[in-house]
Amino acid sequence: MAETATVKEAGKTKEPLFGKKERALITDPLNDNNPITVQVLGVCSALAVTSLVYPSIVMAIAVVFVTSFSSLFTSMLRNYIPKQVRMIVQLVIIASLVTLVELTLKYLNYPIYKQLSVYIGLIITNCIVMGRLEAFSMANKPWRSFLDGIGNGLGYGAILIIVGLLREIFGKGSLFAGSGIAMNIIGPSADYWINTNESFLFGWYTNNNLMVMSAAAMFIIGVLIWIQRSWNKKLVDVS
Amino acid sequence: MSTRYVITFVTIMTAIVAVLLTGFRQATKAQADLNEDIFNKRAILSAVEDYLGDGVTVATLSDDDVMNIFEQQVEQVVVNASGQEIEGMTADDVDMAKEKKKPVADRNLPLYIYNQGGSKYYILSVRGTGLWDAIWGNIALKSDLNTIVGVTFDHAGETPGLGAEIKDNPAFPAQFKGKEIYTDNGRYVSITVRKGGARDPAHEVDGITGATVTSDGVSDMLYDGIKNYEPYFNKVKQSSQLITQ
Repeated sequence: MAETATVKEAGKTKEPLFGKKERALITDPLNDNNPITVQVLGVCSALAVTSLVYPSIVMAIAVVFVTSFSSLFTSMLRNYIPKQVRMIVQLVIIASLVTLVELTLKYLNYPIYKQLSVYIGLIITNCIVMGRLEAFSMANKPWRSFLDGIGNGLGYGAILIIVGLLREIFGKGSLFAGSGIAMNIIGPSADYWINTNESFLFGWYTNNNLMVMSAAAMFIIGVLIWIQRSWNKKLVDVS
Repeated sequence: MSTRYVITFVTIMTAIVAVLLTGFRQATKAQADLNEDIFNKRAILSAVEDYLGDGVTVATLSDDDVMNIFEQQVEQVVVNASGQEIEGMTADDVDMAKEKKKPVADRNLPLYIYNQGGSKYYILSVRGTGLWDAIWGNIALKSDLNTIVGVTFDHAGETPGLGAEIKDNPAFPAQFKGKEIYTDNGRYVSITVRKGGARDPAHEVDGITGATVTSDGVSDMLYDGIKNYEPYFNKVKQSSQLITQ
């Protein structure tokens, strides 16, 4: 959190829409300050919804929406929110946005709503959302808070989609299962399941059941953290 | 900040949020309920997927097709534990989760009768318990009320890759096709999910490795669930005998 606290309000000078600082608000959480691999927040849902890519993408979009708009609204209200009930107010904002997401999913795509089940509701308790409100939005102007929210949502979503890709390919042999563009990459074809050897590309692949389970996401995130630190030396001292 | 300010702020904010969310819910409710209805209807039709017509799968049906099939080819009946049809109710009205909490004698059982090409297929709903949470399914029987033509399963929270295979792995429900719930001398045996592989080809299917509790849950669910419909089956069989005589 130390990095973000230094970003003070820039006084009365006019701020550019996409200056260096604004760009950093979006790019920082993708790498140097990633919510999952650096701050290790929001891991619960990252383990739970990433067994397939398609739900991971939907979850990522939902979280980007919630982080960005909760940051925006909190920042707009930051001078009016009574300090005594600050966290409750933030929670109401987050919860309303999450409910909006839930209702929208029910309206647009019921099967994916069923698949994500409780994890949409659990965005409310996702530490990333409230963490950003407390650490950034309460002290920054709306536009920057909005960008910060988008950045952190994207940082979370990027990890979610990477983990989802790896888990689906090696766990099910497919990609985007459940969506309109479902495809079988290395896994056995639908005819294979019980007793044939037919497949789209590589019939030899046997699905790795470990990858389907949440534990696999833990390992993958661990390896991602390892790769990121060996490549980005700045992070080694931080933790 | 004064207490008064805090209370005013919170009241106004809550009121705004409440109005917004209620409005949004009202605006989307009709479509959302329809989506849920179609989702459930698709699950029921999956049990008779082989009889939907040539090359037709549930996935290729549009939402309108699903509604049309239910309107024209599906008869909805609710039966009670003594085999009587309950009038004024359709199978859609029955909430299996609520029924399961009642004693068996008081339960209402939903029954969907799918008519296709002059034959009837009876689709039963069953509900049981897996390892972590509820499991449920639809069982489609031929008009002999003995041979299974298809099943679908779903679950609330079984382990992905293990118990969740009852739904995710198409091979598991596919095993049930052609199995019989009665022995040749008419004794009710249901279908057993056998750990280590089916031994009796007519009444058993292979269990899922590493998911013994879910497999046993499916066995129990089928045994108890189908048994509840027995009084109704007996009535149907009697009346059809009368007709043939």
